[in-house]
Amino acid sequence: MDKIKLDAWVGIFVAIGVISLLGLAMKVGNLTSNDIRETYMVTANFENIGGLKPRAPVKGAGVVVGRVNSIVFDTEAYHAIVSIDIDKRYVFPKDTFANIYTAGLLGEQYIGLEAGGEEKNLEQGDRITQTQDAVVLEKLISQFLYSKASEEE
Amino acid sequence: MNVNTNILLKFFEKIGHSFSSRTLRLGAATRLFFLILVYSADSFKRIHLTIREIYFTGVMSLVIIIVSAFFVGMVLGLQGYYTLQKYGSSEAIGVLVALSLVRELGPVVTALLFAGRAGTAITAEIGLMKATEQLSAMEMMAVSPIARIIAPRFWAGVITMPILASIFSMVGVLGGYVVAVPIIGVDEGAFWSQMQANVDFRFDIVNGLIKSVVFGIACTIIALFEGFDAPPTAEGVSRATTRTVVTSSLAILALDFVLTSFMISG
Repeated sequence: MDKIKLDAWVGIFVAIGVISLLGLAMKVGNLTSNDIRETYMVTANFENIGGLKPRAPVKGAGVVVGRVNSIVFDTEAYHAIVSIDIDKRYVFPKDTFANIYTAGLLGEQYIGLEAGGEEKNLEQGDRITQTQDAVVLEKLISQFLYSKASEEE
Repeated sequence: MNVNTNILLKFFEKIGHSFSSRTLRLGAATRLFFLILVYSADSFKRIHLTIREIYFTGVMSLVIIIVSAFFVGMVLGLQGYYTLQKYGSSEAIGVLVALSLVRELGPVVTALLFAGRAGTAITAEIGLMKATEQLSAMEMMAVSPIARIIAPRFWAGVITMPILASIFSMVGVLGGYVVAVPIIGVDEGAFWSQMQANVDFRFDIVNGLIKSVVFGIACTIIALFEGFDAPPTAEGVSRATTRTVVTSSLAILALDFVLTSFMISG
């Protein structure tokens, strides 16, 4: 087996491997150019985040504009501080609403951003002040039962 | 009465002997592993040694890996569609095929095939080198057989496994696609978009690669040790190759469970 042919085959082998890995990452996985773009980080406080997880999508008008970076519990004010990375291409005004929605009926939860009307935009490190918590099924059921009970009285 | 107690004693003696001999061999294999790490410098300075071994372990395994991957992917597509369409979720077939391959079947089946094809070749080669006294001849010339023969094969195995596992997963997904979309008629857009939405690069694909590297280390060490330790006879070498396949397969499946339980909890 002469050396040049051997080296050529090994080179082809490694190239096929790298191409498969790239194919897996791009076509099968969710590593898109979106994740590699520059982002700016803002925070939002929620009383109840429901099932929100890090890496959950952040959507504006249904289009993915960013990802949830981290979720921590504030021990002083007893609410959750969610940090989100928004793609630098998309700017939102300072009075944006951040709501937690569920994708589909029982799907995973994501943050939906609705733009307000202010002129100044959110910048790195700002805090979104208008937030709406996740819908918790138990609270909904107890609300329903309570309203049913007060109806019958 | 004496005959019965003799047989009983022999039975227990066999169990004790096999336990202690397995433990001794485990210790010897670990020492070989550390020796390989110590003598590894040559595998990278004289990189042509390692490249030669990558050819014989990796490139020669390509055919079996690609063909097996294609068939595994096709079977996954078929079986998955048959079950999913009972619940009206036939569009999740892409997710099923991709996650099964990337998380489990890719690393594990590739490792099993690797142990069977490349592992036995390594064991037979080193066992025969030992039987024909080539290794002793090298030691006489003050050339370390571990640095020149064993370590390059180890690093070749470790480098080859993740490459083969990636190729397996990718070809398997293509096999699943070929069955699901043109043959059965699942919607092509739904197939890929559902898959992309549910397969995470860091938690699925990278975990699969980590698994394949661990399997590569385990299989190659077992193959090298069995070859190095084989009795220098024809029968000894053939027994050693069988042991390589059996021990590697058990080690792969056990390590798979351990790694998966670590990875699932995050």
